[in-house]
Amino acid sequence: MSLRTSLKALPTMLRIGFSEAVAYRAEMVIWVLATTMPLIMLALWSAVARGGAVGRFGQAEFTGYFLAAFCVRQMTSSWVAWLVSYEVKQGTLAMRLLRPISPLLAYATEVLAGIPLRVAIVLPVLGISVWAAGAERAVPTSLGGWGLFALGIVGAWLITFYLNVLLGTLSLFLESSQKLMEVYMVLFFVCSGYMFPVEFFPPGVRTVIEWLPFRYQMGLPVELLTGAHGAREAWALLGAQWAWVAGLGVVSMAVWRRGLARFAAFGG
Amino acid sequence: MVNVKRYLRLLGVQLKASGLLALQYRADFLAEGLTSLAWTFTALAPLFVVFGARPSIEGWTFQESLLVVGWFTLLQGVLEGAISPSLTGMVEHIRKGTLDFVLLKPADAQFLVSTQRFLPWRAVNVLSGVGLFVYAFVSLGRWPSLPGIFASLVLLATSMLILYSMWILVVSAAFFVVKVDNLTYLFTSIFDAARWPSSVFRGSLSWVFTFIIPLALMTTFPALALLGRLPWTWLVGAVVGSVAFASVARWVWLMSIRHYTSASS
Repeated sequence: MSLRTSLKALPTMLRIGFSEAVAYRAEMVIWVLATTMPLIMLALWSAVARGGAVGRFGQAEFTGYFLAAFCVRQMTSSWVAWLVSYEVKQGTLAMRLLRPISPLLAYATEVLAGIPLRVAIVLPVLGISVWAAGAERAVPTSLGGWGLFALGIVGAWLITFYLNVLLGTLSLFLESSQKLMEVYMVLFFVCSGYMFPVEFFPPGVRTVIEWLPFRYQMGLPVELLTGAHGAREAWALLGAQWAWVAGLGVVSMAVWRRGLARFAAFGG
Repeated sequence: MVNVKRYLRLLGVQLKASGLLALQYRADFLAEGLTSLAWTFTALAPLFVVFGARPSIEGWTFQESLLVVGWFTLLQGVLEGAISPSLTGMVEHIRKGTLDFVLLKPADAQFLVSTQRFLPWRAVNVLSGVGLFVYAFVSLGRWPSLPGIFASLVLLATSMLILYSMWILVVSAAFFVVKVDNLTYLFTSIFDAARWPSSVFRGSLSWVFTFIIPLALMTTFPALALLGRLPWTWLVGAVVGSVAFASVARWVWLMSIRHYTSASS
Protein backbone atom coordinates (compact mmCIF):
# COMPACT_ATOMS: atom_id res chain seq x y z
CA MET A 1 0.00 0.00 0.00
CA SER A 2 2.91 2.29 -0.68
CA LEU A 3 2.38 5.75 -2.01
CA ARG A 4 4.07 4.88 -5.30
CA THR A 5 1.84 1.92 -6.17
CA SER A 6 -1.19 3.98 -5.21
CA LEU A 7 -0.14 6.82 -7.48
CA LYS A 8 0.54 4.39 -10.30
CA ALA A 9 -2.90 2.85 -9.98
CA LEU A 10 -4.67 6.19 -9.71
CA PRO A 11 -5.09 7.05 -13.44
CA THR A 12 -6.52 3.58 -14.17
CA MET A 13 -8.90 3.82 -11.22
CA LEU A 14 -10.07 7.22 -12.35
CA ARG A 15 -10.63 5.90 -15.87
CA ILE A 16 -12.66 2.95 -14.54
CA GLY A 17 -14.60 5.29 -12.28
CA PHE A 18 -15.36 7.58 -15.20
CA SER A 19 -16.56 4.66 -17.35
CA GLU A 20 -18.79 3.57 -14.48
CA ALA A 21 -20.19 7.07 -14.13
CA VAL A 22 -20.97 7.12 -17.85
CA ALA A 23 -22.52 3.65 -17.69
CA TYR A 24 -24.75 4.67 -14.79
CA ARG A 25 -25.56 8.14 -16.14
CA ALA A 26 -29.26 7.65 -15.46
CA GLU A 27 -28.42 7.27 -11.80
CA MET A 28 -26.57 10.57 -11.89
CA VAL A 29 -29.55 12.31 -13.44
CA ILE A 30 -31.64 11.01 -10.54
CA TRP A 31 -29.06 12.39 -8.14
CA VAL A 32 -29.14 15.78 -9.81
CA LEU A 33 -32.95 15.81 -9.67
CA ALA A 34 -32.75 14.88 -6.01
CA THR A 35 -30.53 17.85 -5.19
CA THR A 36 -32.78 20.55 -6.57
CA MET A 37 -33.54 21.99 -3.14
CA PRO A 38 -31.61 25.20 -3.92
CA LEU A 39 -34.03 25.82 -6.79
CA ILE A 40 -37.00 25.43 -4.44
CA MET A 41 -35.32 27.77 -1.98
CA LEU A 42 -34.70 30.18 -4.85
CA ALA A 43 -38.44 30.21 -5.61
CA LEU A 44 -39.21 30.80 -1.96
CA TRP A 45 -36.69 33.58 -1.43
CA SER A 46 -37.74 35.21 -4.71
CA ALA A 47 -41.23 35.40 -3.23
CA VAL A 48 -39.72 37.08 -0.17
CA ALA A 49 -37.63 39.44 -2.32
CA ARG A 50 -40.68 40.60 -4.25
CA GLY A 51 -41.55 42.59 -1.13
CA GLY A 52 -38.12 44.30 -1.12
CA ALA A 53 -34.49 43.35 -0.58
CA VAL A 54 -33.40 41.26 2.40
CA GLY A 55 -30.07 42.60 3.66
CA ARG A 56 -27.80 42.81 0.61
CA PHE A 57 -29.98 40.24 -1.21
CA GLY A 58 -32.40 41.34 -3.93
CA GLN A 59 -33.95 39.17 -6.61
CA ALA A 60 -30.76 38.98 -8.70
CA GLU A 61 -28.53 38.24 -5.70
CA PHE A 62 -30.77 35.37 -4.63
CA THR A 63 -30.69 33.96 -8.16
CA GLY A 64 -26.90 34.07 -8.21
CA TYR A 65 -26.63 32.61 -4.72
CA PHE A 66 -28.92 29.63 -5.10
CA LEU A 67 -27.80 28.68 -8.60
CA ALA A 68 -24.24 28.76 -7.23
CA ALA A 69 -25.41 26.60 -4.30
CA PHE A 70 -26.83 24.10 -6.77
CA CYS A 71 -23.51 23.98 -8.65
CA VAL A 72 -21.41 23.65 -5.50
CA ARG A 73 -23.62 20.79 -4.28
CA GLN A 74 -23.12 18.98 -7.57
CA MET A 75 -19.34 19.32 -7.36
CA THR A 76 -18.85 18.47 -3.69
CA SER A 77 -21.47 15.84 -3.01
CA SER A 78 -20.18 12.60 -1.61
CA TRP A 79 -21.87 9.31 -0.84
CA VAL A 80 -18.93 7.65 0.82
CA ALA A 81 -20.70 7.36 4.20
CA TRP A 82 -23.44 5.23 2.62
CA LEU A 83 -20.87 3.25 0.65
CA VAL A 84 -18.80 2.41 3.72
CA SER A 85 -21.75 1.52 5.92
CA TYR A 86 -23.25 -0.60 3.13
CA GLU A 87 -20.01 -2.47 2.54
CA VAL A 88 -19.54 -3.03 6.26
CA LYS A 89 -23.08 -4.42 6.54
CA GLN A 90 -22.74 -6.66 3.48
CA GLY A 91 -19.20 -7.68 4.37
CA THR A 92 -17.91 -6.67 0.93
CA LEU A 93 -15.41 -4.37 2.61
CA ALA A 94 -13.31 -7.50 3.12
CA MET A 95 -12.81 -7.75 -0.67
CA ARG A 96 -11.69 -4.15 -0.83
CA LEU A 97 -9.20 -4.76 1.95
CA LEU A 98 -7.63 -7.61 0.03
CA ARG A 99 -6.59 -5.24 -2.75
CA PRO A 100 -3.18 -3.63 -2.46
CA ILE A 101 -4.68 -0.17 -2.31
CA SER A 102 -6.49 1.69 0.46
CA PRO A 103 -10.30 1.37 0.19
CA LEU A 104 -10.51 5.09 1.01
CA LEU A 105 -8.58 5.91 -2.15
CA ALA A 106 -10.98 3.69 -4.10
CA TYR A 107 -13.97 5.54 -2.64
CA ALA A 108 -12.38 8.91 -3.31
CA THR A 109 -11.67 8.07 -6.95
CA GLU A 110 -15.22 6.80 -7.42
CA VAL A 111 -16.55 10.18 -6.28
CA LEU A 112 -13.92 12.19 -8.17
CA ALA A 113 -14.50 10.28 -11.41
CA GLY A 114 -18.10 11.47 -11.43
CA ILE A 115 -17.08 15.11 -11.45
CA PRO A 116 -16.50 15.55 -15.23
CA LEU A 117 -20.11 14.57 -15.91
CA ARG A 118 -21.30 16.85 -13.16
CA VAL A 119 -19.33 19.74 -14.61
CA ALA A 120 -21.24 19.17 -17.83
CA ILE A 121 -24.42 19.89 -15.87
CA VAL A 122 -22.96 22.73 -13.82
CA LEU A 123 -21.65 24.80 -16.76
CA PRO A 124 -25.04 25.49 -18.38
CA VAL A 125 -26.48 26.33 -14.96
CA LEU A 126 -23.66 28.82 -14.40
CA GLY A 127 -24.42 30.21 -17.85
CA ILE A 128 -28.05 30.70 -16.91
CA SER A 129 -26.93 32.32 -13.66
CA VAL A 130 -24.72 34.81 -15.55
CA TRP A 131 -27.60 35.59 -17.90
CA ALA A 132 -30.25 35.94 -15.16
CA ALA A 133 -28.30 37.54 -12.33
CA GLY A 134 -25.54 39.41 -14.17
CA ALA A 135 -21.94 38.25 -14.40
CA GLU A 136 -20.71 40.07 -11.28
CA ARG A 137 -23.33 38.31 -9.11
CA ALA A 138 -22.88 34.87 -10.64
CA VAL A 139 -19.17 34.21 -11.16
CA PRO A 140 -15.84 35.75 -10.09
CA THR A 141 -14.84 38.48 -12.51
CA SER A 142 -11.09 38.21 -11.93
CA LEU A 143 -8.57 35.41 -12.24
CA GLY A 144 -7.74 35.80 -8.55
CA GLY A 145 -11.40 35.35 -7.69
CA TRP A 146 -11.49 32.07 -9.62
CA GLY A 147 -8.35 30.98 -7.77
CA LEU A 148 -9.96 31.64 -4.39
CA PHE A 149 -13.06 29.77 -5.50
CA ALA A 150 -10.97 26.79 -6.66
CA LEU A 151 -9.27 26.69 -3.27
CA GLY A 152 -12.64 26.94 -1.53
CA ILE A 153 -14.30 24.19 -3.52
CA VAL A 154 -11.39 21.79 -3.06
CA GLY A 155 -11.54 22.46 0.68
CA ALA A 156 -15.30 21.93 0.67
CA TRP A 157 -14.92 18.64 -1.19
CA LEU A 158 -12.31 17.45 1.30
CA ILE A 159 -14.39 18.39 4.35
CA THR A 160 -17.41 16.60 2.90
CA PHE A 161 -15.31 13.55 2.05
CA TYR A 162 -13.70 13.34 5.50
CA LEU A 163 -17.02 13.81 7.28
CA ASN A 164 -18.45 11.03 5.12
CA VAL A 165 -15.55 8.74 5.98
CA LEU A 166 -16.05 9.55 9.65
CA LEU A 167 -19.79 8.86 9.55
CA GLY A 168 -19.36 5.70 7.50
CA THR A 169 -16.64 4.38 9.78
CA LEU A 170 -18.86 4.87 12.80
CA SER A 171 -20.95 2.00 11.43
CA LEU A 172 -18.05 -0.21 12.51
CA PHE A 173 -18.57 0.92 16.10
CA LEU A 174 -22.34 1.29 16.22
CA GLU A 175 -24.90 -1.18 15.01
CA SER A 176 -26.28 1.33 12.55
CA SER A 177 -25.02 4.79 11.74
CA GLN A 178 -28.08 5.51 9.61
CA LYS A 179 -29.60 7.77 12.26
CA LEU A 180 -26.35 9.72 12.59
CA MET A 181 -26.28 10.29 8.84
CA GLU A 182 -29.80 11.67 9.03
CA VAL A 183 -28.81 14.06 11.79
CA TYR A 184 -25.78 15.08 9.73
CA MET A 185 -27.98 15.84 6.72
CA VAL A 186 -30.31 17.93 8.88
CA LEU A 187 -27.43 19.95 10.29
CA PHE A 188 -25.93 20.33 6.82
CA PHE A 189 -29.17 21.59 5.30
CA VAL A 190 -29.77 24.19 7.98
CA CYS A 191 -26.29 25.30 9.00
CA SER A 192 -24.36 25.23 5.73
CA GLY A 193 -26.01 28.02 3.79
CA TYR A 194 -27.81 25.50 1.58
CA MET A 195 -31.33 26.66 2.42
CA PHE A 196 -30.48 30.29 3.08
CA PRO A 197 -27.27 32.36 3.25
CA VAL A 198 -25.57 31.99 6.64
CA GLU A 199 -25.55 35.76 7.08
CA PHE A 200 -29.33 35.53 7.71
CA PHE A 201 -28.69 33.89 11.06
CA PRO A 202 -29.01 36.18 14.08
CA PRO A 203 -25.56 37.36 15.31
CA GLY A 204 -25.31 34.96 18.29
CA VAL A 205 -26.12 31.88 16.21
CA ARG A 206 -23.89 33.17 13.44
CA THR A 207 -20.84 32.92 15.72
CA VAL A 208 -21.62 29.26 16.41
CA ILE A 209 -22.11 28.59 12.69
CA GLU A 210 -18.70 30.10 11.88
CA TRP A 211 -17.11 27.55 14.22
CA LEU A 212 -18.92 24.55 12.72
CA PRO A 213 -17.64 22.80 9.57
CA PHE A 214 -20.91 22.93 7.59
CA ARG A 215 -20.61 26.55 6.57
CA TYR A 216 -17.29 25.76 4.88
CA GLN A 217 -18.84 22.91 2.89
CA MET A 218 -21.38 25.04 1.08
CA GLY A 219 -21.66 28.67 2.13
CA LEU A 220 -18.03 29.62 1.63
CA PRO A 221 -17.55 28.31 -1.94
CA VAL A 222 -20.90 29.82 -2.92
CA GLU A 223 -19.89 33.19 -1.49
CA LEU A 224 -16.54 32.97 -3.26
CA LEU A 225 -18.27 32.12 -6.53
CA THR A 226 -20.69 35.01 -6.22
CA GLY A 227 -18.00 37.42 -5.04
CA ALA A 228 -19.46 38.22 -1.63
CA HIS A 229 -16.12 38.76 0.13
CA GLY A 230 -13.16 41.07 -0.20
CA ALA A 231 -9.72 39.46 -0.49
CA ARG A 232 -8.80 39.77 3.20
CA GLU A 233 -12.07 38.31 4.45
CA ALA A 234 -11.93 35.52 1.87
CA TRP A 235 -8.44 34.51 2.99
CA ALA A 236 -9.50 34.48 6.65
CA LEU A 237 -12.46 32.21 5.88
CA LEU A 238 -10.33 29.98 3.66
CA GLY A 239 -7.86 29.68 6.54
CA ALA A 240 -10.65 28.49 8.83
CA GLN A 241 -11.84 26.09 6.14
CA TRP A 242 -8.43 24.52 5.63
CA ALA A 243 -7.98 24.24 9.39
CA TRP A 244 -11.13 22.09 9.34
CA VAL A 245 -9.74 20.11 6.40
CA ALA A 246 -6.56 19.35 8.32
CA GLY A 247 -8.35 18.55 11.59
CA LEU A 248 -10.98 16.33 10.03
CA GLY A 249 -8.36 14.62 7.88
CA VAL A 250 -6.34 13.58 10.94
CA VAL A 251 -9.39 12.54 12.99
CA SER A 252 -11.17 10.62 10.24
CA MET A 253 -8.04 8.69 9.28
CA ALA A 254 -7.41 7.77 12.91
CA VAL A 255 -11.01 6.61 13.40
CA TRP A 256 -10.89 4.69 10.11
CA ARG A 257 -7.75 2.83 11.22
CA ARG A 258 -9.26 1.92 14.59
CA GLY A 259 -12.50 0.87 12.95
CA LEU A 260 -10.70 -1.41 10.54
CA ALA A 261 -9.07 -3.18 13.46
CA ARG A 262 -12.56 -3.95 14.73
CA PHE A 263 -13.71 -5.09 11.31
CA ALA A 264 -10.87 -7.58 11.15
CA ALA A 265 -12.06 -8.91 14.49
CA PHE A 266 -15.57 -9.41 13.08
CA GLY A 267 -14.37 -11.44 10.10
CA GLY A 268 -11.75 -13.51 11.92
CA MET B 1 -66.43 -9.22 -1.19
CA VAL B 2 -64.52 -12.41 -0.38
CA ASN B 3 -61.54 -10.86 -2.11
CA VAL B 4 -61.65 -7.70 0.02
CA LYS B 5 -61.84 -9.79 3.17
CA ARG B 6 -58.89 -11.86 2.07
CA TYR B 7 -56.79 -8.78 1.39
CA LEU B 8 -57.76 -7.25 4.72
CA ARG B 9 -56.59 -10.40 6.44
CA LEU B 10 -53.35 -10.28 4.47
CA LEU B 11 -52.86 -6.67 5.50
CA GLY B 12 -53.43 -7.72 9.10
CA VAL B 13 -50.73 -10.37 8.83
CA GLN B 14 -48.23 -7.96 7.24
CA LEU B 15 -48.96 -5.30 9.87
CA LYS B 16 -48.52 -7.80 12.67
CA ALA B 17 -45.14 -8.90 11.33
CA SER B 18 -43.91 -5.29 11.18
CA GLY B 19 -45.42 -4.56 14.58
CA LEU B 20 -43.62 -7.46 16.22
CA LEU B 21 -40.37 -6.37 14.62
CA ALA B 22 -40.88 -2.84 15.95
CA LEU B 23 -41.55 -4.13 19.44
CA GLN B 24 -38.21 -5.90 19.33
CA TYR B 25 -36.45 -2.58 18.92
CA ARG B 26 -38.29 -0.53 21.53
CA ALA B 27 -35.32 1.77 22.05
CA ASP B 28 -35.92 2.99 18.51
CA PHE B 29 -38.97 4.83 19.80
CA LEU B 30 -36.66 7.26 21.59
CA ALA B 31 -34.32 7.56 18.62
CA GLU B 32 -37.28 8.18 16.32
CA GLY B 33 -38.62 10.82 18.70
CA LEU B 34 -35.30 12.64 18.64
CA THR B 35 -34.95 12.51 14.85
CA SER B 36 -38.54 13.63 14.47
CA LEU B 37 -37.77 16.65 16.63
CA ALA B 38 -34.64 17.29 14.57
CA TRP B 39 -36.59 17.13 11.30
CA THR B 40 -39.29 19.40 12.65
CA PHE B 41 -36.50 21.77 13.56
CA THR B 42 -35.15 21.74 9.98
CA ALA B 43 -38.61 22.45 8.71
CA LEU B 44 -38.95 25.35 11.15
CA ALA B 45 -35.51 26.96 11.01
CA PRO B 46 -35.90 28.35 7.46
CA LEU B 47 -39.41 29.42 8.40
CA PHE B 48 -38.07 31.50 11.28
CA VAL B 49 -35.42 32.98 9.00
CA VAL B 50 -37.90 33.78 6.22
CA PHE B 51 -40.49 35.30 8.53
CA GLY B 52 -37.75 37.13 10.39
CA ALA B 53 -37.35 39.10 7.17
CA ARG B 54 -41.08 39.69 6.46
CA PRO B 55 -44.28 39.46 8.51
CA SER B 56 -46.17 37.78 5.66
CA ILE B 57 -45.24 36.17 2.34
CA GLU B 58 -47.69 35.82 -0.55
CA GLY B 59 -50.60 36.20 1.89
CA TRP B 60 -49.32 33.68 4.42
CA THR B 61 -48.43 34.72 7.95
CA PHE B 62 -46.03 32.79 10.18
CA GLN B 63 -48.79 30.96 12.07
CA GLU B 64 -50.61 30.01 8.88
CA SER B 65 -47.40 28.67 7.38
CA LEU B 66 -46.95 26.62 10.55
CA LEU B 67 -50.10 24.75 9.53
CA VAL B 68 -48.49 23.88 6.20
CA VAL B 69 -45.36 22.68 8.00
CA GLY B 70 -47.62 20.70 10.35
CA TRP B 71 -49.22 18.88 7.43
CA PHE B 72 -45.80 18.37 5.93
CA THR B 73 -44.51 16.79 9.16
CA LEU B 74 -47.62 14.64 9.54
CA LEU B 75 -47.39 13.33 5.98
CA GLN B 76 -43.68 12.76 6.43
CA GLY B 77 -44.60 10.44 9.29
CA VAL B 78 -47.01 8.58 7.02
CA LEU B 79 -44.45 8.49 4.23
CA GLU B 80 -41.57 7.21 6.35
CA GLY B 81 -43.68 4.90 8.46
CA ALA B 82 -45.86 3.26 5.87
CA ILE B 83 -44.60 4.04 2.37
CA SER B 84 -40.80 4.44 2.16
CA PRO B 85 -39.80 1.22 4.00
CA SER B 86 -41.61 -0.84 1.40
CA LEU B 87 -40.05 1.22 -1.37
CA THR B 88 -36.58 0.37 -0.11
CA GLY B 89 -37.57 -3.26 0.12
CA MET B 90 -38.96 -3.22 -3.40
CA VAL B 91 -35.83 -1.68 -4.89
CA GLU B 92 -33.84 -4.41 -3.17
CA HIS B 93 -36.17 -7.06 -4.65
CA ILE B 94 -35.59 -5.78 -8.17
CA ARG B 95 -31.84 -5.54 -7.70
CA LYS B 96 -31.46 -9.03 -6.29
CA GLY B 97 -34.06 -10.64 -8.52
CA THR B 98 -36.11 -11.86 -5.53
CA LEU B 99 -39.15 -10.08 -6.94
CA ASP B 100 -39.87 -13.38 -8.69
CA PHE B 101 -40.92 -14.88 -5.37
CA VAL B 102 -43.37 -12.03 -4.80
CA LEU B 103 -44.82 -12.36 -8.30
CA LEU B 104 -45.33 -16.09 -7.81
CA LYS B 105 -47.54 -15.60 -4.77
CA PRO B 106 -51.28 -15.88 -5.35
CA ALA B 107 -52.09 -12.27 -4.48
CA ASP B 108 -51.79 -8.92 -6.21
CA ALA B 109 -48.08 -8.08 -6.46
CA GLN B 110 -48.64 -4.35 -5.95
CA PHE B 111 -50.49 -5.07 -2.73
CA LEU B 112 -47.78 -7.40 -1.46
CA VAL B 113 -44.83 -5.10 -2.13
CA SER B 114 -46.66 -2.06 -0.74
CA THR B 115 -47.41 -3.70 2.57
CA GLN B 116 -44.21 -5.63 3.13
CA ARG B 117 -42.74 -3.34 5.75
CA PHE B 118 -44.06 -0.73 8.19
CA LEU B 119 -42.09 1.27 10.74
CA PRO B 120 -44.63 2.13 13.44
CA TRP B 121 -42.22 4.24 15.48
CA ARG B 122 -42.04 6.73 12.65
CA ALA B 123 -45.57 7.68 13.60
CA VAL B 124 -43.97 10.04 16.12
CA ASN B 125 -43.86 12.53 13.24
CA VAL B 126 -47.66 12.45 13.08
CA LEU B 127 -47.73 13.55 16.73
CA SER B 128 -45.26 16.39 16.00
CA GLY B 129 -47.54 17.49 13.17
CA VAL B 130 -50.59 17.58 15.41
CA GLY B 131 -48.55 19.46 18.00
CA LEU B 132 -47.74 22.10 15.39
CA PHE B 133 -51.47 22.46 14.53
CA VAL B 134 -52.34 23.02 18.18
CA TYR B 135 -49.56 25.56 18.63
CA ALA B 136 -50.48 27.40 15.43
CA PHE B 137 -54.17 27.67 16.34
CA VAL B 138 -53.45 28.69 19.93
CA SER B 139 -51.29 31.53 18.67
CA LEU B 140 -53.87 32.44 16.01
CA GLY B 141 -56.36 32.70 18.89
CA ARG B 142 -59.15 30.74 17.17
CA TRP B 143 -60.11 27.19 16.31
CA PRO B 144 -60.94 25.56 12.95
CA SER B 145 -64.60 25.05 12.07
CA LEU B 146 -66.13 21.56 11.92
CA PRO B 147 -66.59 21.57 8.12
CA GLY B 148 -63.00 22.77 7.89
CA ILE B 149 -61.75 19.83 9.94
CA PHE B 150 -63.89 17.45 7.89
CA ALA B 151 -62.54 18.87 4.61
CA SER B 152 -58.97 18.58 5.85
CA LEU B 153 -59.52 14.94 6.83
CA VAL B 154 -60.84 14.21 3.34
CA LEU B 155 -57.75 15.92 1.97
CA LEU B 156 -55.56 13.84 4.29
CA ALA B 157 -56.99 10.73 2.63
CA THR B 158 -56.41 12.14 -0.87
CA SER B 159 -52.86 13.22 0.02
CA MET B 160 -52.06 9.75 1.26
CA LEU B 161 -53.42 8.34 -1.97
CA ILE B 162 -51.27 10.74 -3.99
CA LEU B 163 -48.15 10.01 -1.94
CA TYR B 164 -48.71 6.32 -2.41
CA SER B 165 -49.24 6.75 -6.15
CA MET B 166 -46.06 8.81 -6.44
CA TRP B 167 -44.33 5.95 -4.69
CA ILE B 168 -45.71 3.47 -7.20
CA LEU B 169 -44.43 5.68 -10.03
CA VAL B 170 -40.95 5.89 -8.49
CA VAL B 171 -40.85 2.13 -8.00
CA SER B 172 -41.93 1.64 -11.60
CA ALA B 173 -38.90 3.70 -12.61
CA ALA B 174 -36.79 1.15 -10.73
CA PHE B 175 -37.67 -1.42 -13.39
CA PHE B 176 -36.03 0.71 -16.06
CA VAL B 177 -33.10 2.31 -14.22
CA VAL B 178 -30.69 -0.35 -13.06
CA LYS B 179 -28.80 1.30 -10.22
CA VAL B 180 -31.53 2.69 -8.06
CA ASP B 181 -30.17 3.25 -4.55
CA ASN B 182 -31.05 6.90 -4.82
CA LEU B 183 -34.72 6.55 -5.62
CA THR B 184 -35.86 6.89 -2.02
CA TYR B 185 -33.70 9.95 -1.75
CA LEU B 186 -35.23 11.43 -4.90
CA PHE B 187 -38.67 10.74 -3.53
CA THR B 188 -38.10 12.52 -0.22
CA SER B 189 -36.37 15.45 -1.85
CA ILE B 190 -39.25 16.05 -4.26
CA PHE B 191 -41.58 15.88 -1.30
CA ASP B 192 -39.43 18.45 0.51
CA ALA B 193 -40.87 21.25 -1.61
CA ALA B 194 -44.25 20.61 0.01
CA ARG B 195 -43.16 22.32 3.21
CA TRP B 196 -43.85 25.75 1.76
CA PRO B 197 -47.25 27.27 0.96
CA SER B 198 -47.72 26.60 -2.73
CA SER B 199 -48.42 30.25 -3.54
CA VAL B 200 -44.70 31.08 -3.24
CA PHE B 201 -44.13 29.16 -6.45
CA ARG B 202 -44.77 31.18 -9.58
CA GLY B 203 -45.24 30.35 -13.22
CA SER B 204 -44.32 26.92 -14.52
CA LEU B 205 -43.14 25.69 -11.12
CA SER B 206 -46.57 26.40 -9.63
CA TRP B 207 -48.21 24.53 -12.50
CA VAL B 208 -45.90 21.54 -12.01
CA PHE B 209 -46.55 21.38 -8.27
CA THR B 210 -50.32 21.51 -8.72
CA PHE B 211 -50.88 19.24 -11.68
CA ILE B 212 -47.80 17.09 -12.38
CA ILE B 213 -46.45 16.49 -8.86
CA PRO B 214 -49.47 17.59 -6.83
CA LEU B 215 -47.59 18.84 -3.77
CA ALA B 216 -49.96 21.77 -3.36
CA LEU B 217 -52.84 19.35 -2.85
CA MET B 218 -50.99 17.58 -0.08
CA THR B 219 -50.03 20.33 2.34
CA THR B 220 -51.36 23.70 1.20
CA PHE B 221 -54.95 22.58 0.51
CA PRO B 222 -55.47 20.91 3.93
CA ALA B 223 -53.97 23.95 5.65
CA LEU B 224 -56.36 26.21 3.73
CA ALA B 225 -59.21 23.90 4.68
CA LEU B 226 -58.34 24.18 8.38
CA LEU B 227 -58.27 27.96 8.01
CA GLY B 228 -61.67 27.77 6.31
CA ARG B 229 -60.33 29.37 3.14
CA LEU B 230 -60.59 26.42 0.75
CA PRO B 231 -63.36 26.73 -1.87
CA TRP B 232 -65.54 23.61 -2.21
CA THR B 233 -64.70 23.33 -5.89
CA TRP B 234 -61.03 22.88 -5.02
CA LEU B 235 -61.92 20.10 -2.60
CA VAL B 236 -63.88 18.27 -5.27
CA GLY B 237 -61.05 18.87 -7.72
CA ALA B 238 -58.57 17.40 -5.25
CA VAL B 239 -60.62 14.23 -4.79
CA VAL B 240 -61.17 13.73 -8.53
CA GLY B 241 -57.53 14.59 -9.31
CA SER B 242 -56.08 12.20 -6.74
CA VAL B 243 -58.23 9.31 -7.93
CA ALA B 244 -57.14 10.03 -11.51
CA PHE B 245 -53.49 10.22 -10.40
CA ALA B 246 -53.85 6.89 -8.59
CA SER B 247 -55.33 5.23 -11.68
CA VAL B 248 -52.47 6.48 -13.83
CA ALA B 249 -49.99 5.13 -11.28
CA ARG B 250 -51.70 1.73 -11.25
CA TRP B 251 -51.59 1.64 -15.05
CA VAL B 252 -47.87 2.54 -15.12
CA TRP B 253 -47.21 -0.17 -12.52
CA LEU B 254 -48.95 -2.82 -14.62
CA MET B 255 -46.98 -1.69 -17.67
CA SER B 256 -43.66 -1.85 -15.80
CA ILE B 257 -44.28 -5.24 -14.29
CA ARG B 258 -44.76 -6.56 -17.80
CA HIS B 259 -41.38 -5.03 -18.66
CA TYR B 260 -39.69 -6.85 -15.76
CA THR B 261 -37.33 -9.66 -16.62
CA SER B 262 -35.92 -11.27 -13.54
CA ALA B 263 -32.23 -10.98 -12.75
CA SER B 264 -31.53 -14.57 -13.67
CA SER B 265 -33.32 -14.81 -16.99
